[in-house]
Amino acid sequence: MAKHINLTLHVWRQKNAKCDGKFVEYPAADISPDMSFLEMLDVVNEGLIRKGEEPITFDHDCREGICGQCGMVINGRPHGPKERTTSCQLHMRSFKDGDTITLEPWRAEAFPVLKDLMVDRGAFDRIIAAGGFISAPTGSPQDANALPIPKENADLAMDAAACIGCAACVAACPNASAMLFVSAKISQLALLPQGQPERYIRVRDMVAQMDAEEFGTCTNHSECEAACPKGIKMENIARMNRDFIKASLTYRPPTGGGGAG
Amino acid sequence: MELNSRIPDGPIEKKWDNHKFDLKLVNPANKRKYKVLVVGSGLAGGAAAASLAELGYEVECFCYQDSPRRAHSIAAQGGINAAKNYHNDGDSVRRLFYDTVKGGDFRAREANVHRLAEVSNNIIDQCVGQGVPFAREYGGLLDNRSFGGAQVSRTFYARGQTGQQLLLGAYQALQRQVGLGAVKMFSRHEMQELIVVDGVAKGIVTRDMVTGEIKSHLADAVCLATGGYGNTMYLATYAKGCNGTAIWRAHKKGAAFANPCFTQIHPTCIPVTGDHQSKLTLMSESLRNDGRIWVPKRKEDCGKPASQIAEEDRDYYLERKYPSFGNLAPRDIASRAAKQVCDDGRGIGETGLGVYLDFEAAIKRLGQNKIEEKYGNLFEMYERITDDNPYQTPMRIFPATHYTMGGLWVDYNLMSTIPGCFVLGEANFSDHGANRLGASALMQGLADGYFVIPYTIGGYLAGIKPGTRIKADDPAVKAAEQTTAERVQKFFAINGKETPTHFHRELGKVMWEFCGMGRNEAGLKKALQLIPQIREEFWKNLRIPGSGAEVNQSLELAGRVADFLEIGELMCLDALERRESCGGHFREEWQTEEGEALRDDENFCHVAAWEHKGEGQAPVRHVEPLTFENVHLATRSYK
Repeated sequence: MAKHINLTLHVWRQKNAKCDGKFVEYPAADISPDMSFLEMLDVVNEGLIRKGEEPITFDHDCREGICGQCGMVINGRPHGPKERTTSCQLHMRSFKDGDTITLEPWRAEAFPVLKDLMVDRGAFDRIIAAGGFISAPTGSPQDANALPIPKENADLAMDAAACIGCAACVAACPNASAMLFVSAKISQLALLPQGQPERYIRVRDMVAQMDAEEFGTCTNHSECEAACPKGIKMENIARMNRDFIKASLTYRPPTGGGGAG
Repeated sequence: MELNSRIPDGPIEKKWDNHKFDLKLVNPANKRKYKVLVVGSGLAGGAAAASLAELGYEVECFCYQDSPRRAHSIAAQGGINAAKNYHNDGDSVRRLFYDTVKGGDFRAREANVHRLAEVSNNIIDQCVGQGVPFAREYGGLLDNRSFGGAQVSRTFYARGQTGQQLLLGAYQALQRQVGLGAVKMFSRHEMQELIVVDGVAKGIVTRDMVTGEIKSHLADAVCLATGGYGNTMYLATYAKGCNGTAIWRAHKKGAAFANPCFTQIHPTCIPVTGDHQSKLTLMSESLRNDGRIWVPKRKEDCGKPASQIAEEDRDYYLERKYPSFGNLAPRDIASRAAKQVCDDGRGIGETGLGVYLDFEAAIKRLGQNKIEEKYGNLFEMYERITDDNPYQTPMRIFPATHYTMGGLWVDYNLMSTIPGCFVLGEANFSDHGANRLGASALMQGLADGYFVIPYTIGGYLAGIKPGTRIKADDPAVKAAEQTTAERVQKFFAINGKETPTHFHRELGKVMWEFCGMGRNEAGLKKALQLIPQIREEFWKNLRIPGSGAEVNQSLELAGRVADFLEIGELMCLDALERRESCGGHFREEWQTEEGEALRDDENFCHVAAWEHKGEGQAPVRHVEPLTFENVHLATRSYK
């Protein structure tokens, strides 16, 4: 059994979006290195509840690194010190006895703080609703093998599709840009033949929504790629930009005309 | 209570076709006059909400997560079954049907399972059409792999993230409808009550998890697609937020709860490391395609590192006991076999509760690159959690609660015993009998959501006059809102000393010990004494800080734990009354000499559906007999 450790936490506490927040210090004592980071917070929270204090609110759900609901800035890095690892998959063996750990929510204009470390990422859903899909109403598609797709394209699409929508990319970016997230979805669908009919309208609509949500723009810092727990690559942003330019140059307004009769 | 399964007449291959034709239709101009609520946004709920909106119904969809894309369907790793027979290896709708009925140990409805097998192929077409990046071969066609309980390769997959990709496909279809204004999405909303008027479901009450607002939503039909109740066991592979609240509160309003004791214990999860553990993580069943499961032959060797145990001193017990299925034996059988070798004192790891899943032979045969390509993300996840490199040392695994085959009873149309309340996906009991085969949960969730409910709900709505929804001032609405508000107040009023998690953990210990992999009469009776004690203590000594008018995660958890404390009792009662062993329900009194499950078809070839009779009253067990006309009742053999 590995030796337990003691830590000090500096945690951002904020009652809701309207109130100001502040850092509060808590001890985290007798922590097993086998615990996950969120299990360590569970232990601290159990102690707070027993004392009648409000526990630290943080988002989480699957705790296996795939749902994308968890996420906090740990010592200045989204999801903490371990590469390609979500907050829930980070384990306490990454820390040592006596460490001080600072915890903050994702900080971006587009993500209002709901409470403590919990933010509202509804902007991401609205960007997908604006165009992050292939229109394939239930029952309409043809046989799945009728459309062979080169393995390398399918693999690249899958690389982009691995995005979990956690928004660490936004939190890491000095401009709070969402372009890694948006470009991952655009790339996935642009790499597949099924995605071609809506390829250019998709990029236009998603980028327009991204701007409307007041995310910043990409200035090639690459912080997003370093912070991404799923290894989404900057090349997706390049692909999005190419498609966006093409979409802008070739844009033709709808011809209108009725279909009645 | 009447359990009319409404299984259509005719030969099994024609039932669904005929039924679709017989169902009444709602004309396109009338569809927008009907409102449907979908609770849950996973594979079943997301697919249903999107499909119903595409048809023209007015849809409202609810989830407790911050976005519908987070639903726990996302965590399914391995794959989804379909009877495409793209690999010419003898698969067919009939074989998928047969394997699923047999895999469920003859405790599922034949007609439902056949329909599931029929629509399995449409699901793959649908998902590919949406841009789901399934694994492909170099020729550009779809790849398949094998899963437990089958001797054909029928499992489609997207690396180790199949559930994620299928869910994102459904989520994108759903968001498309949100963008079009056809679905109104309510994230961070939790259903609190089902509104029932004159025995018919007419809406729900929700709590807004950000503002605490309690509000009614009124509609012509309600679909519950809220997943399973496996978190009753506390430690499980479910997401932390997964809960049984929606189905339990519907149960209390009159929906029968079928086969609550049918839980799936998955054989390959990462073992528990200590009391702090908050959840368990699955390692995909697909790993059993290439990994070999073993323990030392001798107890004395258990403390040694795996590398120091010679080949001839290893017991590859699944290959030994089930030579024709080997490491791909069905989940219930593989889990029980792991328990048996650990009970025998041959378990590995610090706790002795573990077995090895070893890739050495596969890495030698295929090379590390090939293994990395197939399972890379799973190996990484394993290493992150355990700090062990599975390319070098075998994985340590142990069974854990993973799925509930039981759920609300539904008829062939997926309607519960409350008219107007439909139940989809894991939340219902319908297709997996006493044991679910791997890669079948994704199939069922999407089948229900994309291809069953869009037809059957039309048949129901066609019988309702448009514009007859109840009004917000209906006494039933006010009463349901009041019940919700009073429950919140009651939690705060206790003002005791212990956290909701404390009680949840206590319940979990009892459930795992007495209603887990092995069950017996004495143990279940003991659990039925202990659970009410924990529940009593919960209502006396719970502490919830903060208020109900804001984000309050302790309050959310308290509501769920209160329900788990009741669900757990019904699970134990059902397990006690089912005096046979079948699938994942293993009653130690009923086993063969070799330790296999011994069914009692004469007395228990039926669905047990429980009726709630009121607080403090004993629930009543009803029975829906099962008949097997196409797959003949036989003892399952995977030898």
